Amino acid sequence: MVGTFNLWGATKTTLFYLLVIFIVVESVFPFYYAILTSFKTGTDLFRVSYWPDSFSWGNYAAVLNTGSFPRNLLNSVFISATTVLLALFLAITASFALSRVRFRGRGLLLMTILAVSMFPQIAVLAGLFEVIRSLGIYNTPWALIFSYTIFTLPFTVWVLTTFMRDLPLEIEEAAIVDGATPWVIITRVFMPLMWPALVTTGLLAFIGAWNEFLFALTFTSSNDTRTVPVAIALLSGGSSHEIPWGAIMAASVIVTVPLVVLVLIFQRKIVSGLTAGGVKG
Amino acid sequence: MANIQLRNVRKAFGAVEVIKGIDLDIQSGEFMVFVGPSGCGKSTLLRLVAGLEDITSGELSFDGKIVNGLAPSKRGIAMVFQSYALYPHMTVYANMAFGMQLQGGGKEEIKKRVEAAAELLQITPYLARLPKQLSGGQRQRVAIGRAIVRDPKVFLFDEPLSNLDAALRVATRLEIAKLHHDMHNVTMVYVTHDQVEAMTLADRICVLRDGLVEQVGTPLELYENPQSLFVAGFIGSPKMNFLTGKFAEPFKAKTIGARSEHLEVKSNGSGLWKGEVIHSENLGSDSYIYVNVGSDEPLIVRENGTALHQAGDVLSVGLIEGEKLHKFDAVGKPFDA
Amino acid sequence: MATDTLAPPMAMPGVRIKSELMQQRVRAARWFLLPMLIALAVVAGWPLLRSIYFSFTDASLNNLYGAEWVGFNNYLRWTTLDSGKTVYRGLLVDPKWWGAVGNTLRFAAYSVTFEAIFGMIVALVLNAEFKGRGIVRAAILIPWAIPTIVSAKMWSWMLNDQFGILNDLGMRLGLLSQKVAWTANSDTAMTAVLIVDIWKTTPFMALLILAGLQMIPKDIYEAAEIDGVHPVKQFFRITLPLVRPALMVAIIFRLLDALRIFDLIYVLTPNSDSTKTMSVLARENLFDFDKFAYGSAMSTLLFLIIAILTILYIWLGKVRFDGGDR
Repeated sequence: MVGTFNLWGATKTTLFYLLVIFIVVESVFPFYYAILTSFKTGTDLFRVSYWPDSFSWGNYAAVLNTGSFPRNLLNSVFISATTVLLALFLAITASFALSRVRFRGRGLLLMTILAVSMFPQIAVLAGLFEVIRSLGIYNTPWALIFSYTIFTLPFTVWVLTTFMRDLPLEIEEAAIVDGATPWVIITRVFMPLMWPALVTTGLLAFIGAWNEFLFALTFTSSNDTRTVPVAIALLSGGSSHEIPWGAIMAASVIVTVPLVVLVLIFQRKIVSGLTAGGVKG
Repeated sequence: MANIQLRNVRKAFGAVEVIKGIDLDIQSGEFMVFVGPSGCGKSTLLRLVAGLEDITSGELSFDGKIVNGLAPSKRGIAMVFQSYALYPHMTVYANMAFGMQLQGGGKEEIKKRVEAAAELLQITPYLARLPKQLSGGQRQRVAIGRAIVRDPKVFLFDEPLSNLDAALRVATRLEIAKLHHDMHNVTMVYVTHDQVEAMTLADRICVLRDGLVEQVGTPLELYENPQSLFVAGFIGSPKMNFLTGKFAEPFKAKTIGARSEHLEVKSNGSGLWKGEVIHSENLGSDSYIYVNVGSDEPLIVRENGTALHQAGDVLSVGLIEGEKLHKFDAVGKPFDA
Repeated sequence: MATDTLAPPMAMPGVRIKSELMQQRVRAARWFLLPMLIALAVVAGWPLLRSIYFSFTDASLNNLYGAEWVGFNNYLRWTTLDSGKTVYRGLLVDPKWWGAVGNTLRFAAYSVTFEAIFGMIVALVLNAEFKGRGIVRAAILIPWAIPTIVSAKMWSWMLNDQFGILNDLGMRLGLLSQKVAWTANSDTAMTAVLIVDIWKTTPFMALLILAGLQMIPKDIYEAAEIDGVHPVKQFFRITLPLVRPALMVAIIFRLLDALRIFDLIYVLTPNSDSTKTMSVLARENLFDFDKFAYGSAMSTLLFLIIAILTILYIWLGKVRFDGGDR
């Protein structure tokens, strides 16, 4: 009796850990394999291998020294950072109003903002194209900074609103008694308390902007103005039939490694930020 | 320096009215305590006085000037919050100086005032620390210090002791009493649910119930002449003994009440009620005997020293000579007959 | 001193004096919201209206302003032939469009279902206490962090018919009898897309469900343990009902994402009719085929379909976002 019980317990533990191992391997393997491939050149590429057996920086050199990829990287950094700063700036004051001031229509406004953040972007593509063309910013970084506001702004407003709602009421009231205006409350009392939330929200919005594809594909038209996702999607080899897998993987690793490192550093904060935007309203 | 008048003050949150028409005069320099069970509206009333909530109708005036619409910072008030509400990212000094800075006080003036307040509260060594580096009692002092620096005409306390442990609570209570003494021309309004705090601190107590004033008076007035069954039961510890039905009939009352400290055991059997001891509590200096006289709840009788009676003893209980019964009519109003 | 409760309330006819404080706050709130509202109106509201407008015109990419109003022609128009037969044309009778609608719905249904199941499993694993939990959580964040385009490329390399590691692995393990052209073959293209999407977004689902799981008080399970409730029964009777609100919200977030999918399919299986979704088809018409008005009609219809599905879901599922009052 005792024996079978232990056996069952051991089996259960083993199965559990097998599941754990499967989850980890399955999550990490594609990225691992991309790194593996990125170090292969020539015919090595077309030989399937599971372990690192050849090592060459050739693909990285090719990606970084030829073509417009470095330029694309800069574009991505500039566009994502500017978008995020803009969104945070607009969102901080807005979320104070939404989380801290009682006014009619607040619930409706919040739902509208949530709806916009979940918007099918294709539905505004035609109209946005017209606006961007008439503003004369087509095929410039500003076209993307402008259009990315459609998802970064509602997202940051929503997440910061949930964060700000959790700040203690009495601290705000103490500031009111001290004679602080709403602007002073935001800048001198709340902002210092919200740095973690701002960093998290900013990071999530940054990732969103960094990964965006549809707008970047539509509102830029030359190699020099593209962002990295579009550059990678359109990366082609010397001849039209040969897909440069090695270079694609090297480029992919270059754009992904910083993100993965950031995400792993800010793990806990990111998880709380994601769930603040989702589960807990 | 300021007397506060409330005239038929009402407050409703949506359709729910929590303050249902309050008239009250708080004298300049007085220590007024709002006391009542949770949900009676005492904190809301304080927040109306502070200006943190809008008054739905009625008038609130400071020194005869209506202040209904005046911003809190312009009312000459300072407030100490239940959670202390210190700014976590500012040092103790910055916490205390913040209000004056916003009002554009001079650097030297601010420094002088903060240091004076810190001296008074003995927190000078902590001025450079952050709130999280302080103990609960020290934080409470900083919160009080922040209020003092504002040099208010009216000092508001919202259950300031409820987050402290029992020993610290007694010590801080004493400090607040001392503060009131030192700042004798500052009006203080203090909210608590603890009637002991109310009795020990107040010049006058305002007992609130369901958004209405039950009674206003000095602690002794409330203790000796409660104007309702509710106040009689709320003030005093242990709670006043209430007897109804056949016990009250001989006195032509609906309810009669007697404080346990006004009852004694009549060894000659001449008491008003007779019953069996079901329990006795020894507190050292005094003791409480629970006597089942056949009413809904046992009668509690206080005795000096240790209890001489044990469960099972049958006793006769009566009033100590010179003490009187409280008699209440059907609506809970006291009467003398 | 007790107040006379019978006294009539003071006459305060209708006028509510707003205090300085509340006025200041409401005024500030207005100014604080204004920039955001203007920004959203310019990048979302106006373009949406213009897109809808274009769908009723004959606009083309190079002639946006000279477009003329054509009513519902882009959606449905008909001509009666001499033979008396009526021929219908337009988006509503376009088989390509309905094919894309079918693809999108199929993709959304499969991906969200599998993601919910796998997400639940991963969340349950992460909710258990074991050594190395931190590593698992870090590991599942990786697929989430990788840009969609990158994961599409990574997987299309892994799914490559000649040199792909999945075919190699499948052959070695005996699961495949011959190499499969996953992305090119119309029978497997949707499967390929689903694999990548499920791989990439299950972590998001898992994290949202995990947050819901962690809100369930532990003592409920202890009580169930004492009552001898079987773990499977515990899951269906306790865990699932309690985590349902979080799950429903997670599902709608994912559903909305899946219904508008564009990038993964555009990169992984371009030109495959069996995976072409509404978004891909609409963009193709807007910018590649120079049928700007027709593409606008598609995007308008897509917006309508998604809006209706969302409202239905929220209504039927009684989803609560709790984005309300403090």
